[in-house]
Amino acid sequence: MKEMKFNKFYFIFLGLMILSLFLLQVTEAEAQNSCLECHRELEDGLRAPVEAFKNDIHQKFGLTCVSCHGGNEKEDDLESAKDSSFKGTPGRKQIPAFCGDCHQDSDYIRKYNPSLRIDQLGLYWTSQHGKLLKKGDIKVAVCIDCHGSHGILEASHPKSLVFPWNLPSMCGRCHSDKEYMREYSIPITQEKDYRESVHARALFEKKDLSAAVCNDCHGNHGAMPPGVSAIAFVCHQCHPSASELFSQSPHKEAFGEMGISECEACHENHRILPPRDEMLGTGEESVCLNCHEQGSKGFEVSSLYRNRIESFKNKIKKMEEILETAERKGVEVSESKFDLREAQNLLVMVRNLTHSLNVDDFEKKINEGEEILSSVQEKGEKALNEAKFRKRGLIIATIFIFLLATAIFLKIKKIEKKIER
Amino acid sequence: MRMKKIGRVIYSHLDQRLRLSSLIEMAKKKKVPEHKFSFWYYFGGICLFLFFIQVVTGIMLALYYKPTVDGAYESVKFIMGEVRFGWLIRSFHSWTANILIGTIFIHMFSTFFLKAYRNPRELTWVSGFLLLLIFLAFGFSGYLLPWNELSFFATRVGTDIAGTIPLIGKQLKNFILGGPDVSEFTLQRFFWFHVIVLPLITVFVLGLHILLVQILGMSKPIGLKEKQIKEVPFFPNFILKDSLGWILILSLIGILCVFFPWEIGKKADMFSPTPLGIKPEWYFIFMFTTLKLIPSHVFTIKGEVLAIVGFIFGALLWMLVPYLDRRASREKKSPFFSIAGLIILLYIILITLYTYLHPRL
Repeated sequence: MKEMKFNKFYFIFLGLMILSLFLLQVTEAEAQNSCLECHRELEDGLRAPVEAFKNDIHQKFGLTCVSCHGGNEKEDDLESAKDSSFKGTPGRKQIPAFCGDCHQDSDYIRKYNPSLRIDQLGLYWTSQHGKLLKKGDIKVAVCIDCHGSHGILEASHPKSLVFPWNLPSMCGRCHSDKEYMREYSIPITQEKDYRESVHARALFEKKDLSAAVCNDCHGNHGAMPPGVSAIAFVCHQCHPSASELFSQSPHKEAFGEMGISECEACHENHRILPPRDEMLGTGEESVCLNCHEQGSKGFEVSSLYRNRIESFKNKIKKMEEILETAERKGVEVSESKFDLREAQNLLVMVRNLTHSLNVDDFEKKINEGEEILSSVQEKGEKALNEAKFRKRGLIIATIFIFLLATAIFLKIKKIEKKIER
Repeated sequence: MRMKKIGRVIYSHLDQRLRLSSLIEMAKKKKVPEHKFSFWYYFGGICLFLFFIQVVTGIMLALYYKPTVDGAYESVKFIMGEVRFGWLIRSFHSWTANILIGTIFIHMFSTFFLKAYRNPRELTWVSGFLLLLIFLAFGFSGYLLPWNELSFFATRVGTDIAGTIPLIGKQLKNFILGGPDVSEFTLQRFFWFHVIVLPLITVFVLGLHILLVQILGMSKPIGLKEKQIKEVPFFPNFILKDSLGWILILSLIGILCVFFPWEIGKKADMFSPTPLGIKPEWYFIFMFTTLKLIPSHVFTIKGEVLAIVGFIFGALLWMLVPYLDRRASREKKSPFFSIAGLIILLYIILITLYTYLHPRL
C-alpha cells in the first residue's frame, strides 16, 4: 500500500512539473517579443499588424518584427527596445528599398527559399511605377500595394492578392479609380474590358489558371504597357501558332509600315473577345473591312474565307445531326463520331490558317476536312439505312411470329375441343 | 410425294437406330396436370428456351470476342458496328441474360409458393437452386467481358464484397480476380469461367434437373381437389402451349433489341477513380444495398460481415426448404413458409426499387 501511495504522489508531482514547465515556456516566449506585447494594447491601426502577421509568410519562416523593422524585441522598455538599429515604419518612397534589402540579397534569400528570384527590386525600378516613384510620385504602386504589408501570403496562395483570379481586381483598385488616375491621363477601363475577354472567361468560368491576367502581358515587378512592336511578341508567348502564321503573311510587313500593332488591330487589347467567324467576310462585324475596300483582293479573300468556313461548319452540323439520329435509333456510330471530331479539329486549324493569308494552304486543309465529312456522311447515311432495315426486319419478324402464335393458339383450341368432345 | 417418301426413308432409318417411335409414344402417353395455377409451370420451359438462346448467341459472339484488356472493348464495338447482325446477336445475348435470370426468379418463387419442392421433389428444388447460383455466376462473369467502365467498377465493388467473407474472403477474392485487383488476369479468368467451366457445370446440373422433372412428373398444388385437376398429354398439348410462350418471349426480346440495343458504354480506365453511384447488375442489388444500409457494427460484429454471413446462411436455408417444411411433405398447407417467402420476395423487390429511386445511395 505504501508503495502505491508513493507512486500516486510521484505521478502527480511529475504532472505538475511538466505543466509548470510548459506554462513557463509560454510566458517566456511571449515575454521575448515586446513589440507584440505593446502593439496588442495599442489602438486599431497599430494593433492590426499583430493579428495580420500571424498568417504572414515571413512569420512562417521564423522572421519577427525586428527582422524588418530592427530594434530589440527582448527589451521591455520602449526606449531600449527602439535602440540604434530600429528602422521604424518606412515611408512609401523607401518601401522598395526596405523590402529589397533582403529580397535582392541572394545569400539571405537562399537560407529560406533558394528558388525565389532576387531581381524584383531591379525590375521594379524599370517599371512605370518605379520610374514615377523615383521622380517623387508616391501615389504609384509599391511592394505593399500588391502584396500587403503584415499579412503577406505566398503568390501561389489562392487568397493572395497576386493570385491569378485576384490580380485583375488588385490592379483595378488603382487603375479603375477615376479620381486616383485623373492626373495620369490613361484609360481606366482595363479591368472592365478584361472581364469581358476570352481570357477572363477561361480564368473565372473554367478556372484555368494558365489564362492570361494583367502580369502575363505587362510583367509583374517590371510592369509596363507593351509597345506597339512588342504586342505580337507578348501574344506569341501563348499563341505561337497564330503568331508564326501571321509572321508569314503580307500583313506583317504592311502593319509594320503603317505602325499598327499586330494582334491588337483585329483582336483589341484588354477586351479580347472570343474569336468569331463574323470577324471575317463582308458583314458588319468583319475586321477586314477596316482596311480593305470592296473590290480589293483583301475583300475577296476575306469573303472566300468566310464562305468556305460557313459551308464547312454547316456540313459538320448536318453530320452531327445524322449521327445523333442514328445513335438515337440504336446504331453504333462511334467510329464515325471519332472521324467527325477529326473534322472539327480541322475547322480549328482552318480558322487559325486565316492568319497566314495563304489561300492554298487554307483550301488544302478545308478540302481535307471535307473529304472526312464525305466519308462521315456515307457512314451516317448507311447507319440511318441500317436503322430502317432493322425496323423493317422487326415488323416482318413480328408479323411472322404473330401468325405462328395464332396458328399454335388455334391448334391448342382445336385439340382442347377435341378432348372435350 | 417424292419428298414425303425421302422423309419417310430418313425417319425409318433413324427410328431403327434411335428408337424414335418409342420416344414419341412415351411423350404421347406422358400426362401433365392442368389446373388454375398451370400458368406458372410454363416458366420452367421458358428458362430452358432462353438458355438455348444464350448458348447459340454466346457461341456466335465467341467468334469475334477477344478476352484481353486491349481487345475486349474494341472487339465488342466491332461486333456491334461492323459484323453483320452482330448488334442483334450481342443485344439478344445481353437482354436474354437479364430476362433469363428474371424468369428463373419467377420460376423459383412460383415453385416455392406452390410448394412443388415437397417430397419427393426435394432434389429437383436443390438442383434448381444450384442452377440459380450458376446463372448468377454466368451474369457476374459475363458482365465484365465488354470491359466497359460500368462493368469494370461493378466487378471491383462485387469482388470487394466477396473479400469481406470471414476466413476465406481474401483468398476467395484473390482467386476470383487472379490478383489483388481487377486486371487482364481477371478478364481472362472470367472468360474461361463464362464459356468453359460454367457451361460444363450447367450441362450436368440442368440435365439432372430435367431428368428429375421427367422421372417425378409435375407436382400438383396442395389443397386442390381431384376434379379441379385434369390430366393433359404432354405432347402436343403442353408442348404447344410451352412453344407459344417461347415465341412470344422471342418476339419481346426482338423488340427490345431493335429499340434498345445493349449499350457498349465507355471503355474501362483502370486508373480512373470509381464513378459515383456505381452499382452491380439489378439481380445483385438487394444484397449490395443491404450491405450499404447495415450499420457499421451490430453489437460488436462488423455489419458487413454479419450481412454476408446472413446471406450465406439464408441461401443455405432456402436450399434446404424442402427438408425443413415438414407440413408440406405431409400434403398439408404450411403458411409459415409462405409468409416467410412473401417477406423475402417483398424485401428483394422493395430494396431493389428503393436503390433505383435513390441513385446517390
